[in-house]
Amino acid sequence: MKLDSKVPSGPIEKSWDKHRFELKLVNPANKRKFKVLVVGTGLAGASAAATMAELGYQVETFCVQDSARRAHSIAAQGGVNAAKNYPNDGDSIWRLFYDTVKGGDFRAREQNVYRLAQVSNNIIDQCVAQGVPFAREYGGTLSNRSFGGAQVSRTFYARGQTGQQLLLGAYSSLMRQVGLGTVKLHTRREMLDVVVVDGQARGIVCRNLVTGESETYWGDAVVLATGGYGNVYYLSTNANGSNVTATWRAHKRGAAFANPCYTQIHPTCVPVTGEYQSKLTLMSESLRNDGRVWVPKKKADPRNPQDIPEEDRDYYLERKYPAFGNLVPRDIASRAAKQMIDEDRGVGSTGLSVYLDFKDAIARIGEPKVREKYGNLFDMYHHITAENPYERPMRIYPAVHYTMGGLWVDYNLMTTIPGLFCLGEANFSDHGANRLGASALMQGLADGYFVLPYTIGGYFAGTKLAKVTTGHDAFKEAVSSVNARTQRLLKTGGKTSPSALHRKLGHIMWDNVGMGRTAKSLNTALSEIPALREEFWKSVAVTGSGEEFNQTLERAGRVADFLEFGELLAKDALTREESCGGHFREEHQTPDGEAKRDDDKFCHVAAWEYKGEGKPSERHVETLTFDNVHIAQRNYA
Amino acid sequence: MEQIMDNKLMNLTLKIWRQKDAAAEGELKSYALTGVSPDMSFLEMLDVLNEQLVAKGDDAVAFDHDCREGICGMCSLMIDGQAHGPEKAVTTCQLHMRQYKDGDTITIEPFRAKAFPVVRDLCVDRSAFDRIQQAGGFCSVNTGNAVDANSMLISHDTAEKSMDAAACIGCGACVAACPNASAMLFVGAKVSQYALLPQGQPEREKRALAMRAAMDAEGFGHCTNEYECEAACPKEIKISNIARLNREYFRATLISE
Ligand SMILES: Cc1cc2nc3c(=O)[nH]c(=O)nc-3n(C[C@H](O)[C@H](O)[C@H](O)COP(=O)(O)OP(=O)(O)OC[C@H]3O[C@@H](n4cnc5c(N)ncnc54)[C@H](O)[C@@H]3O)c2cc1C
Ligand code: SF4
Ligand code: FES
Repeated sequence: MKLDSKVPSGPIEKSWDKHRFELKLVNPANKRKFKVLVVGTGLAGASAAATMAELGYQVETFCVQDSARRAHSIAAQGGVNAAKNYPNDGDSIWRLFYDTVKGGDFRAREQNVYRLAQVSNNIIDQCVAQGVPFAREYGGTLSNRSFGGAQVSRTFYARGQTGQQLLLGAYSSLMRQVGLGTVKLHTRREMLDVVVVDGQARGIVCRNLVTGESETYWGDAVVLATGGYGNVYYLSTNANGSNVTATWRAHKRGAAFANPCYTQIHPTCVPVTGEYQSKLTLMSESLRNDGRVWVPKKKADPRNPQDIPEEDRDYYLERKYPAFGNLVPRDIASRAAKQMIDEDRGVGSTGLSVYLDFKDAIARIGEPKVREKYGNLFDMYHHITAENPYERPMRIYPAVHYTMGGLWVDYNLMTTIPGLFCLGEANFSDHGANRLGASALMQGLADGYFVLPYTIGGYFAGTKLAKVTTGHDAFKEAVSSVNARTQRLLKTGGKTSPSALHRKLGHIMWDNVGMGRTAKSLNTALSEIPALREEFWKSVAVTGSGEEFNQTLERAGRVADFLEFGELLAKDALTREESCGGHFREEHQTPDGEAKRDDDKFCHVAAWEYKGEGKPSERHVETLTFDNVHIAQRNYA
Repeated sequence: MEQIMDNKLMNLTLKIWRQKDAAAEGELKSYALTGVSPDMSFLEMLDVLNEQLVAKGDDAVAFDHDCREGICGMCSLMIDGQAHGPEKAVTTCQLHMRQYKDGDTITIEPFRAKAFPVVRDLCVDRSAFDRIQQAGGFCSVNTGNAVDANSMLISHDTAEKSMDAAACIGCGACVAACPNASAMLFVGAKVSQYALLPQGQPEREKRALAMRAAMDAEGFGHCTNEYECEAACPKEIKISNIARLNREYFRATLISE
């Protein structure tokens, strides 16, 4: 396998323009001869599908939910970044580029990140034109707020529902195209295989989740925009159905998987209460604009937090990182919380949380203003915990939130399978080893609105595509492999629910491949995961049949894939003998507990190639060079 | 307050609508569930039931859900006859079992409406909402055509009002709660979001006419001012959106004549 990033040469400011100029074009009349299958209708998939349809391509979309509007992007709360510099506080494309490369701990491709910063401004324009009701100032201009890892205010938002509003914007454009007949929608479909014909991605196999039928679809290219794999940890802030299935099955057909060990643990989530818990709820990073994080100075202080005076509180982020204070990047804030808890200074009945306090903000701007900014988050917190955060500080704890790893893609967003593209959180993307807040929405929409619609044209114009139908043997082979797996799941005769096995996997992952990783813990994971996988295939209970609506079967299939993927994640973490961003190897830290990179050995992307059932995957390397940002130890103090 | 919370486990009787597929006859079946923690969400309570059913070799109860934080609009359920259950301004996934007490019987049924056929058990088909949106729920602007975002000034209050309407999650509780199974609150919210904004003006009349026509074609009923929709809506979408939809529709019929 050869990794050719296709990154343009020359000055970085001109790379994207130059690349676009050099891409061959498909003339407008010919576009309708090409059919693109877009799997996933989140920000990345919906924006790509709508834009390609506007350009004239035939598009078909697929999603697991009953409507394209319900993709997990809908849950994004805090906001979307752009380098508009509307607040006049010194922002620029260059600064957004710099912050993102540094925030990612120097493990992303400079050219990709620069392009992302460049198109960020177009995203805001596009969304406003669609009628997205972003927050506004009294004078009628757009409002901004701050997110972690930046010293400027560049985050655009719609209350605490930014993802919802951006997704509904993309969905409205998609629905418009469906109405015009240029897009065919397929909902309640789960993609279970990619069909590769003569080395090119030419179709997919889906399970129709209502009838259970294995359906086949052909296309001239396939786009995966299927989101992240955070649910490999069982508990995460992701939606329940988020999964690795689509990208994992594509991996098994030849798409390299890059940096699976880069996972993001978000510092501010509602803490776990019991074994039955099915998800963790995020409290948006935007809260750190006004909320202050602290723990009591004294261990096991029994007082109510409201009764603990200032002098007995340790605002540890402000103390350790005075320049960024509560707005340090997520990896740093999460590790700092873990340190406090490891020092037995955690709060709440389990000791597994820290305080996020709004007392000072309420005193400064008043409760109504705080309510306007964060009301829905406060309500959500109240519903879950039965505590009122206007009166008592929130209790928060880190939780798995986002995955920077994903299918390896080149500058055109194409995977190592020609004709298979990957967008949004599903690709290994632009965030390096740590994503900054409000940058996932930016990346998903950049990929979908402003990158893929160009680069896919270059692929079509420069590629010979034979005529293919779903009658081709490759489709038959893929369907029979999908059906065989379904039958195997139905026939184990076991007694354990898929969720119970998923929970076990989650414990292995969180305990051994979580916030702090060591060679020892990773080796434990690498022996426990295959054992659990074996247990799964003996003991999983899947009731009902394959020919009906069967959520137990759906769940079992996803858990089976997580059980394979989790091993690769742990292996990647073991091989990367350094700490960077969200990947913290306890053996590699500075004296004050910060991540210590090893640029001589690991300044590269690790892309894994699948070698077949039971065979070890092969690790390939794409070297990263930093010609524009000076590579250094990150400093937020 | 952690101490104040009652951590006593509860035993419940659940009466749940079971229906194999759209064509099958459905019926309410009874299940006894023990050890329910008041800290569980309603859907986590159903997860526990399902794990027990599956371990016994029975089919799990099918129900729709995804985000489990009140935003995707995927969860539904009529709980003791109320869409999204007894608590105000809350989706089923955000409802917690501390609302119930030991020994309670809870009846759980799907959202019912002609335009929302049952798929299985508690899942219904709400694709009619997608089709209404396809008829006109958008601003016709292709990617790449937009001007600088700040070249269009929109007052803070207008943006907030538009956002109030845009907060609809498309769950369909308004339809399920309405004795006529009307979708006026859903359509009113979408039409209002755009009618309030300058971006929505070029297609204002066309949108109101097209979305209402699509709504009727899908078999949703008419609004007879029952106010049940507003009471059931988890996102507190105001009934004034229906009044605005009526005005927009009326205005559009006048102009288009
Ligand atoms: C609670 C929360 C809050 C967040 N807040 C922010 C924020 O404020 N700012 C920010 O920038 N980012 C935020 N993020 C991150 C961001 O929301 C996501 O990274 C981003 O929305 C992912 O978009 P996507 O289009 O790549 O995928 P998704 O939105 O996850 O969409 C995935 C799509 O793929 C489909 N799919 C998946 N598997 C299959 C399959 N096998 N077959 C068919 N279809 C499939 C799904 O149905 C869905 O349509 C947040 C994330 C969470 C969890
Ligand atoms: S108006 Fe309210 S009840 Fe109706 S679909 Fe929207 S959010 Fe649901
Ligand atoms: S599951 Fe998403 S709103 Fe309830």
